[in-house]
Order: sequence, then structure tokens, then C-alpha cells
Amino acid sequence: MRRVAEWATTAALAFVVFLVLSSFTGKWGVWASDELLAGAVIALLVGLATGRFAWSRGGWRLLQPHRWVLFLVYLVGPFLYAMAKANLDVAWRVITGRINPGIVRFNPGLRTDFGRTFLANSITLTPGTLTVDVDDGSGDFYVHWINVKDPSPTADEVCGPFPRWARRVAE
Amino acid sequence: MIVALPLAAAGLALVGFILVCMVRLSIGPTAADRAVALDTINTLVVATMVLLGAAFNLVVLLDVALVYALLSYVGTLYIARYLEGGLG
Amino acid sequence: MNGLIYAFLAIGTAFNALGAVALIRFPDVYTRIHGATKCTTFGSIFSILAVAVHGIVQGGAAGGTMAVRALLALVFLLLTNPTGSHALARGAHRAGIKPFRAVVDRLEEAGHRSPVTRHGSKETQ
Repeated sequence: MRRVAEWATTAALAFVVFLVLSSFTGKWGVWASDELLAGAVIALLVGLATGRFAWSRGGWRLLQPHRWVLFLVYLVGPFLYAMAKANLDVAWRVITGRINPGIVRFNPGLRTDFGRTFLANSITLTPGTLTVDVDDGSGDFYVHWINVKDPSPTADEVCGPFPRWARRVAE
Repeated sequence: MIVALPLAAAGLALVGFILVCMVRLSIGPTAADRAVALDTINTLVVATMVLLGAAFNLVVLLDVALVYALLSYVGTLYIARYLEGGLG
Repeated sequence: MNGLIYAFLAIGTAFNALGAVALIRFPDVYTRIHGATKCTTFGSIFSILAVAVHGIVQGGAAGGTMAVRALLALVFLLLTNPTGSHALARGAHRAGIKPFRAVVDRLEEAGHRSPVTRHGSKETQ
């Protein structure tokens, strides 16, 4: 039963992505019928092939709609701001060549795969930090920091509010 | 036929940046440097394809850009795996 | 709307140029990943947003297709770029490349305790 639910959910999501990709292909409607048929067949195959990987280890939480709203808020709010700041920071360092790099370790206390992936990607795209490795067992993040202020920092010093956002959106 | 000149000009500028990245691709002291340069070039190629697809009004180029983005990501992951010695 | 397209194109081109310069100018592979990933992702996002606005302005089926596919390309770039650069950084560190003038390297001290593949032999057997 659980298997069936897993692959059906994956197939439905794949079909939604296909609908977005093939929109505006129909003559009077939005989708052409042969596109819909091909998409349904391919989505079923994709669901059968990958359904059992997608939802293990708490991944089903990502189906709750309020997380999507939070994710969009995060994307246009703090994330876009931090990313713009990151780019100006890189510009400053390219011009002056002033760097003080090192690889530091900290533990944000995230447990699920999706939460860790979310935080790692956010860290990579925001100011001065780049995720190099994640310890799968303890959840330690190893981060290349371009301007080390403290060799043993806390999560707040390295990435500010992002662990809290990761917990809200993905855990 | 070019229908949007500013988009075509931006695409041409990105081709220039790809050439700059190719300098790093050829002189990079280690294999990892070359892989980073290749990854950067892949991103720029996707952006160039999207810009030129809009400039020449060819939707096919945008489809190619989507496929290129996903396949180049898989290629980057394979190169990274090779770097850490996991393919042997 | 044309002003918006020009602004997005200018921002996108400028940050892509910055990414290329960072790739040439920074001293070691990790800092190069910093510059190249951040700047080209940001620049490409704005270039692609310009194309999406262009498609919406153009309107009709062709413009709508263009806008939707451009936005999908944006989503893919935003998801795949940081993951790929993280994989490259990890591969470089495991290949034994030291960070340039690093004041601290906790990963070297930890000695790569995390296994290469967690979903490996233990779970599939």
C-alpha cells in the first residue's frame, strides 16, 4: 500500500512538471491531447522507476502546502537579499583581493535530508560561504569561509537566520 | 532573423565571457580548476541559449537549454565523483 | 516594460562578467568556486528573467511558451548549480587539494569521517 502511494505521488508530481513544460501547446485549449497522453505515460514510468527513493526519511513533509508558501516567501525575501549581498561581497573581494579563507565546522542541528540539502544550497549561494562536506551521521557542516572571523563558530555566525528557515520549510 | 536586439547583444557578451572562462579551462593548474571552469561555462551556455532563443524567436533553443542544464549537471557530478576517486 | 528588460539584462551581464573575472583572478579552487557559482547563478537568473519578461510582453502562445520554459530553466539552474559546486568542492578536497593560505581546516582535522555513499552497500543488501 505504501509503495503504491509512493509511486502514485511521484507520478502525479512528474505529470505536473510535464504540464508546466508543455503548456500553450494546444490549439484552443491550453494543452494538446497527444501531449497529455505522452506525458501521462512518461510520468507513470518515472513514478514506477523512482518512487521508492523520493519519500523516505521524512520527504513526505514537503507535500504540505504551507511549506511551499513559506518557501516562496523565503525565496523572494531573505534569500534574494542575501544573494545580492553575496555578489557585491564577491565583487569587493575580486577587486581588492582581500581574503582570509578556511574550512570551519558547525552543527545547525538539522535531521532530515531535505533540510540539510536546503541549508547547504542556501549557504553556497549566500555571502562568503561554500559547503564542502556534510557529515551524514552527526549532521556537522564543513563550510569554506572566505573571511574567517572565528575558527570554531556557531551556526549563527556563519549563516545567520538560514537554519531557522530550513527548519521551518523542510523539517 | 533577430527580433530583439538587446537580448542578442547580451547573448553575444555572454559568449565573450565563455571565452574568458576558457582561459582558466586551459591553464588551470589542477583538474579541479578545469572542472570548475567547465561548470561555469555550462551555466553561461544555458543563459546564452535562453537569450539567443528569445532573440531569434526560436523556442527550440529554450528546450535545448533545459536539457543542457540537466545533462551538464549530471556531467559535473560525474567529474566530481571522479575527482574524489569513486569511479575506480 | 522595456526598461525592466534592459535593467535585468544589464544586471545579468554585469554579474556574469564578474563571475568570469573571479574565475581568473582568485588564487585557489575553493575561492574560484565561490566567485564562479555565486556570480554566474545570480547573473543567469537575471538574464533569464529578462527573457521571461520579454515573452510575457510579447504575449500569445509563442510568448507564453517562451516565458514558461525560461522560468523552468531558471528553476533548474537554481537547484542544480549549488549542488554541483558543492560536489566539486568535496571532490577537490578529497583529491587532496589544500585551501590557499587557510587559517583553519577542520575537515582535514576530521579526516573525512563521513562515508562516500550512505545509500551504499549497507542499505541495498
